[in-house]
Amino acid sequence: MSQELDYLSCRVVAGRMSRREFLGRATALGMSAAFANSLLAGAAEAQAPRKGGILKAGLQGGGATDSLDPALPAGAPPIAFGRCWGEVLIEVTPDNRIEYRIAQEIGSSKDAKTWTLKIRKDIPFHNGKEVTPQDVVATLERHSNKESKSGALGVLRGIETIRVDGGDVIITLKEPNVELPYLMTDYHLIIQPNGGKDAPAAGIGAGPYKVTVNEPGVRHGGEKFKDYWQGDNLGHADQIEIIVINDATARISALQGKQVHMINRVEPKVVDLVKRVPGVTIQNVTGRGCYLFNMFCDTPPFNNVDLRIALKLALDREQMLDKILRGYGSLGNDFPINNAYPLFPDDVEQRTFDPDKAKFHYQKSGHSGPILLRTSDLAFPGAVDAAQLYQQSCAKAGITLEVKREPGDGYWTEVWQKQPFYASYWTGRSTQDQMYSSAYLSTAEWNDTHFFNDKFDKLLKEARAELDQEKRKNLYREMANIVRDEGGVIVPFFNQFIDATWSGVKGFVKHPARDMCNGYALAQCWIEA
Amino acid sequence: MKGAFRGSPVLKLVAQRIALGIFLLFAVSVLIFAGTQILPGDVAQSILGQSATPEAVANLRQELGLNDPAYMRYFQWVGGVLTGDLGKALTTRQEITVTLMPRLWNTLFLAFWAAAVSIPLSIILGLIAVRFRNGPVDKAISGFALASTSLPEFFIGYLLILFLAVKLQWFPSISTVYDGMPFLEKLKAIVLPVIALVIVVLAHMMRMTRAAILNVMQSAYIETAELKGLSALDIICKHAFPNAIAPIVNVVMLNMAYLVVGVVVIEVIFVYPGMGQYLVDHVVKRDVPVVQAVGLIFAAVYIGLNIVADVAAILANPRLRHPK
Repeated sequence: MSQELDYLSCRVVAGRMSRREFLGRATALGMSAAFANSLLAGAAEAQAPRKGGILKAGLQGGGATDSLDPALPAGAPPIAFGRCWGEVLIEVTPDNRIEYRIAQEIGSSKDAKTWTLKIRKDIPFHNGKEVTPQDVVATLERHSNKESKSGALGVLRGIETIRVDGGDVIITLKEPNVELPYLMTDYHLIIQPNGGKDAPAAGIGAGPYKVTVNEPGVRHGGEKFKDYWQGDNLGHADQIEIIVINDATARISALQGKQVHMINRVEPKVVDLVKRVPGVTIQNVTGRGCYLFNMFCDTPPFNNVDLRIALKLALDREQMLDKILRGYGSLGNDFPINNAYPLFPDDVEQRTFDPDKAKFHYQKSGHSGPILLRTSDLAFPGAVDAAQLYQQSCAKAGITLEVKREPGDGYWTEVWQKQPFYASYWTGRSTQDQMYSSAYLSTAEWNDTHFFNDKFDKLLKEARAELDQEKRKNLYREMANIVRDEGGVIVPFFNQFIDATWSGVKGFVKHPARDMCNGYALAQCWIEA
Repeated sequence: MKGAFRGSPVLKLVAQRIALGIFLLFAVSVLIFAGTQILPGDVAQSILGQSATPEAVANLRQELGLNDPAYMRYFQWVGGVLTGDLGKALTTRQEITVTLMPRLWNTLFLAFWAAAVSIPLSIILGLIAVRFRNGPVDKAISGFALASTSLPEFFIGYLLILFLAVKLQWFPSISTVYDGMPFLEKLKAIVLPVIALVIVVLAHMMRMTRAAILNVMQSAYIETAELKGLSALDIICKHAFPNAIAPIVNVVMLNMAYLVVGVVVIEVIFVYPGMGQYLVDHVVKRDVPVVQAVGLIFAAVYIGLNIVADVAAILANPRLRHPK
C-alpha cells in the first residue's frame, strides 16, 4: 500500500492527478485525510524534480540495424529513445488508466464505432511547426495502410476511415471496439510531421528531447527541447544518453562503475548479487509478458483435450518459477492474462501440479509413447532448462516428454507456428482484447496454438462492444476459463521486468507494460544532487 | 638495391602472390554469397520481427527483390563492389559504406593500439627468453604467456573489468568511442580492451619468436659468433633474429589479422563499437548485403596480411634476394 501511496503522491506532484482525487484514493486505502495531506506535503518536498544534468541509461536490445522510423519493430533502446523524442496521442498509466497527451479528450458514439479525438493545440514539433490534426491523421494512415510494414498495423486493422473535423480527428471502426483508446497507446504511434510520410526516420517529433546523436546499436543522445508542451512533467535532465550494452555483465559493471545511472534486464540469477551493491536499487515489476509452451489443438496427439489437460497438470509451475526465474515472476494459469491487465478475472482457480490427475487424463486420452517438445534459449531465457524441468515433472505423471533443443537462429521462422509443441514467449498487449485477438481468436494472425473455438470468438466480439465494465469482466472470466481448460497454451509463469538504478535517480515509476517505466525512465527521472 | 631486383625471381614471386590473393578474394566472394544464401530463416521475416503480419512480410520480400534468382543477385553484387558500391542495408536503407566506415575505423584503431603494444612486447620478451633460455626468467615469461593464452578472452575481460574498472575505478568498463571524442579520452576508453587483446595474442607471438630464434641458434654460424667472443645478446639480435624473421613475421601477421577480424567477444564485453558487433547485429536481422560486405572486408584483410607475410618471407630469404 505504501508503494501505491508513494506513486499517487508522485502523480499529484507531477500534476497528473488532482489533490482531491489523491485524498479520495488515499482514504480508500485506509488513510485518515489529515495523514494523507501530510504525506502529500512530504512528497512535494522530496519529489520536486531537480532540473539539469545528464541522465544516462545502459540498455539491452539494440543493434546496428535499428532505425529512427517508429514504424519498425524495436528493442528497448529505440523504444526508450522514441519516448524521448516523440509524443503519442494517449498513454496508459501504471494502474491502467488513460493519460491524455496529444489527444486532449477522447469520446465515442454509443455503439463504440465512431471515435472523436480532440487534438490539443499549441504543441510544437522540434522543427517549430505545430502538431495539427492533419499530422495525426497522416500518422495513423501511414501505420494502418495495408502496404505498411508498421508493427502497429495489427492493432489498427479495425479502422475503416480516419478524417479531420476541425480540431478533432474522427476514427470510424469496422466493428465496435470499446478499447480503442488503449490501442492508441501502441509505442509505434509517435506523431510525426505529415505522419512521417516524407521522412519516416528523421527523428522529428514533439517529445521532450531533440535528437542530437543517433548511432544505432551504439548510443543515442538528446538535448532538452525547450518548447516541450508539458516540461513540468517530463524532460527534467538537460541531456539524455542511451548506451547500448547488450552483454548482461557489461551492463552491471557499467552501473557499478557509475558510467550509467540505470540499466534494464538484470538477469534473475544475479539480482540478489546486484542488490548487495551499495547505492543500487533493483526496480522489478511483473509485466504482461508470459513464457509459454504451445500445443497445436488440431494436430495429433494434441487434438485430444484430455492430453492437453494432462500436460497442463503435469507441469510443476512453482518449481519452475523458483528455478528458472528465482521467484522474479508470477505463476501462470494457462491463459495469457495476469493482474497487470485491466479487468483481470482474479477469481479463476489457480492450476497446480497434480501428477495423479495428470496420469488419469493421460490414460483417458489413450496416447502412448514419447511427446516431442521443441525448445531453445531464444524462445525465452532459460527455456531449455525449463523444458528439462518439465520433462522431469511429466515423468512423475507417467508421461514421457522428449526435449529437442533447436538452434536459436531461425527459431521464430522454423519452429514457432510450424511445429506442434514448442516453447515460446509473448510480450503481452495493453488489453485483454488485444492479447486474445492477436493469438487466440480463430482468425488471429498469430494463432500459434491453432485454437478454433466458436464460443470463444463470440464472447470476444461481445466483450469488445460491451460498455459495462462489470459485464465485460464477466465475459473475460468466461473466456479465460475456456482457454485455460480447452486451449493449447501452457503458461508456467509471467516474467518480471527487472531494472536497476542508482539511488540518486528519482522519479522512477514501475510500469507493467514495459521495462524502464514503460520506456519513459529517461524522460521522467531526474538526478538528485 | 633496385638493380638487384630486376629480372630477379623476387619480383615475379611477389607478383604471383598478389595475383593469387586477388583470385582467392574472388573465390571467397563466391563462398560468402553462397553462405549467406543458406542461412536459415527469411530476410523479410527477420527484419520485421516475430510479430510481423504475413502481408507486411510479403510486401517487404517483393520490395527487396528477394524473388530474383541467386546468380543474378551475385553478379549485381560483385559488379557493385568492383565499382566501390557496397549497396544499401536492407534493414535501415542506408548506404553500407556510410555506416560501415566508422565501425571499420574503430576496429582498426583498436587493432592498431593492441598491435603497437603487443608486437614489440612479444618480440622483446621472446628475445629475453632466448637469452636466458631454460633459466627462471625464461620459465616465468613462458609460464605467464601460456597461462594467459589458455584463459578464454571473456574471462580475461571480466577480470580486468572487475579489478580495474569496478574496484579501482581507474578506467571505464565500457569503451564506447565516438566521433569528435578527444584523442586522449579515446585512448583511456580503450585501455581495458587493449590490455585484454594484448594478453590474448602475446603468448602466440612470443613463443613463436622464441622457437624461431632457438632454431637458428643451432646453426654453425652462431657457434662461430660465439667463438668470436660476441656477447649473447649481440648474437641473438644481430645474427639469429634477422635469420628468424620470416616465421616471426608470419605469426605476427596472423595475430594482426585476428585483431581485426576476431575480436567480437572483446567488443561485446567492453561495448566497443567495432566491426564484429556490427556484423553480428546484421546477421541476426539477415541483412545479407551488409554481412557480405563485412565478410569481404574481413577476407581482404586476412588475405592482404598474409600476402605481406609471404612477401616479407621472400625478402628475408637471402637466396632469393641475391640470386646467383
